[in-house]
Amino acid sequence: MPETFSQTDRREALGLLARAPAARLAELLPELPAHEVLRAPEIGTVMVRGRAGGTGSAFNLGEVTVTRASIRLHGGEVGHGYVQGRDKAHALRAALVDAMGQADPARVAPILTPLREEEDRRRARIAAEAAATRVEFFTLVRGEDE
Amino acid sequence: MYVAVKGGERAIDAAHDWLGRAHRGPAEQPALDTAQIRDQMALAVGRVMAEGSLYDPDLAALAIKQARGDLIEAIFLIRAYRTTLPRLGASDPVDTGAMRVKRRVSATFKDIPGGQVLGPTFDYTHRLLDFRLMANGELPASPASGAEGKPLHAPHVLGFLDRDGLIEDAPDSGETPPDLTREPMELPADRALRLQALARADEGFLLGLAYSTQRGYARNHAFVGELRIGAVTVEMDIPELGFSIEIGEVELTECETVNQFKGSKTEPAQFTRGYGLTFGQTERKAISMALVDRALRWQELGEEDQGAPAQDPEFVLSHCDNIQATGFLEHIKLPHYVDFQAELELVRRLRAGTEDAS
Repeated sequence: MPETFSQTDRREALGLLARAPAARLAELLPELPAHEVLRAPEIGTVMVRGRAGGTGSAFNLGEVTVTRASIRLHGGEVGHGYVQGRDKAHALRAALVDAMGQADPARVAPILTPLREEEDRRRARIAAEAAATRVEFFTLVRGEDE
Repeated sequence: MYVAVKGGERAIDAAHDWLGRAHRGPAEQPALDTAQIRDQMALAVGRVMAEGSLYDPDLAALAIKQARGDLIEAIFLIRAYRTTLPRLGASDPVDTGAMRVKRRVSATFKDIPGGQVLGPTFDYTHRLLDFRLMANGELPASPASGAEGKPLHAPHVLGFLDRDGLIEDAPDSGETPPDLTREPMELPADRALRLQALARADEGFLLGLAYSTQRGYARNHAFVGELRIGAVTVEMDIPELGFSIEIGEVELTECETVNQFKGSKTEPAQFTRGYGLTFGQTERKAISMALVDRALRWQELGEEDQGAPAQDPEFVLSHCDNIQATGFLEHIKLPHYVDFQAELELVRRLRAGTEDAS
């Protein structure tokens, strides 16, 4: 984790927090640091858009449940959390981690690093399961793999 | 016309009590857990999310449990719940080319970069009932290997045809798409509005229409250029942050069809496209959607109106929503005593008239 919490770091952290299982995040951040709630956790939806033909004009596919919250730490850092699903504590923790990262990146590394590793591992397992079902009948004439 | 009735409260309460008991089933059996429904009835959950037009596997599982497995009733519950939630915004269009695929097949090209990946499919099974599921409740499933692999790099198959100019391109108009959940649908509907309606449409209705195009009613000879299922990241611009972040991940099914080419004096012959995109692992729906999308495009592609149902946007779009359909259909079982009394009176009078005349 770098010394500063750049926009790229923040973006990555917020994405990880949004997808993390709420229970896992609660384990990694059991005690909430002192904070002021700027926007109480709110459950809503986000319209997911797709593109006609995968690359063409946008269309509205359907909604996904999302919960958001905003807080301010006593040091003044403002954090925003947007997480998938309807778990208010999850959104609050995401906002807290966002603000804590701005105050001190080293403090959130022990939360973000396991989340990143666990997500990578979950994805790698699915990728391996998928790879095992790859059709291998035509290996002699298969196109170049990239 | 519907005229309200009064009374029957006691009977209605008793009916709902009975429903509660019927819903639970015999007390000596364990109750179904919504997590079990979410994970073991995942394809039903996918359908409820797709047609309920709300991605939330836990809620879909709850709706299925509450609806006693009646998926249209479950979709109804999801649609009703959705209306209680504020809309926080709209995502950037998802990048299905970057999908972490667990299934990806092409019926048009056998050799594609990334390969053909079957995934957890019913294809090639024998469709024989497996009585072991009944006897022990579970199969001696082979344990997941636990192996870790690299995500598959799987570019869109139709991109290769597009590169060679053999298929119509799919340009981005850059316009904000219309939203039928905000503004009532109006005809003529552009393709973005049609795709939204089809994405939440009843699977059975679309399947029947798609099948009709295959049998010759607005035949356009579809091949599945690519069918893929997997996880896609959802990203949204957050005004208070001033940049976009990933707000979640959804499982999608995408079907791109390659259809009969057309050419003219000015345009070289090329293939055309149909498109299906749905929540969850819902491939029958996604393929049906792509076929119906293609059939509805006859006008913009300068094709002939064959008068087929699948070509008629008014017919398709006004009847594809199973909640609208079931609402109107099922209301006729509710008391219509006053209407019917009037009709009865009329028939009696007409009959009296004929008898007098004879």
